Amino acid sequence: MKSKIISDFVAGFSDSELLMNFHGEVNEERIGIILGEVEQKLESTEEDFKKQRKVYNILVEGLQNLYHHTDAMAEEDTVENKTATFVLGRKDSQYSVFTANYIEVDNIPPLKAKLDKINSLDKEGLRSYYKEVLDNGQYSVHGGGGLVMIDIARKSGNKLECDFSEVNDDFGLYILKIKV
Amino acid sequence: MDPIKIEGTPKTPTVNFDAESGVLEVKGRSIPENAVEFYKPLVDWIGNYGDNAKSDTVVNIQLEYFNTSSSKCILDVFKKLESVNGKTTITIHWHYEEDDEDMLEAGEDYQAIINIPFKMIEMEEM
Repeated sequence: MKSKIISDFVAGFSDSELLMNFHGEVNEERIGIILGEVEQKLESTEEDFKKQRKVYNILVEGLQNLYHHTDAMAEEDTVENKTATFVLGRKDSQYSVFTANYIEVDNIPPLKAKLDKINSLDKEGLRSYYKEVLDNGQYSVHGGGGLVMIDIARKSGNKLECDFSEVNDDFGLYILKIKV
Repeated sequence: MDPIKIEGTPKTPTVNFDAESGVLEVKGRSIPENAVEFYKPLVDWIGNYGDNAKSDTVVNIQLEYFNTSSSKCILDVFKKLESVNGKTTITIHWHYEEDDEDMLEAGEDYQAIINIPFKMIEMEEM
């Protein structure tokens, strides 16, 4: 997964500002390790308890979203199979979370529409939308049922920045930037 | 009826459901990748509890974090409680840590959907 957007994002942080820079296959074990490491760093460096919680929450959702939604590239692309990028940086008191994963081209338009809707809503609008989806009786296999991006937007308090670029006829690269 | 006693892990909460005392507790953090698996036995237990319930039931929810995979499952727990409310008088005590507005809002969101009295309890430290 080589993308100028990813390298530019990482280059924007000094070593001490970069709290996590992960590239590889996201599985349950790795999520546990990454969360443990980042939680320790947050506890020792972030004095604002509310912010600590928000960042941790967004990390959980962001990582688990990568785990559930990274579409596996075709078999001949085994090297890039199910790999994703996850970066967390902090400049002064602002955290930036960056995720990148492959997505089947057919899944792009509905995701884009959902992100547009989320970005069009204010705080109260997001809250109503969250409640509506929470109580819509629809479940995804892992239980989240469409709440992830709404929850991330609520916790972040900022608009979600996203970018889709073409990889081949079947796959695109989905990049999400979240500021906390 | 047998209680449910589950020790907490870094990804799943401590659970104590005790029909004899009528106290049902979920504490800690709930961030499993697949929450449905974890919560289904709790929902089933509540279904059976309806026929063996104490006159009053207190549900203590004291979560530090929960992920979106858990949110719908927690709603399922509350909906199951709603279905047995009447056979027992239920109160949900929603605990949140001082200044944790996100957790308070999360409780209020459930309160808006579920027809059971909620009591919001602010704690200095979880």
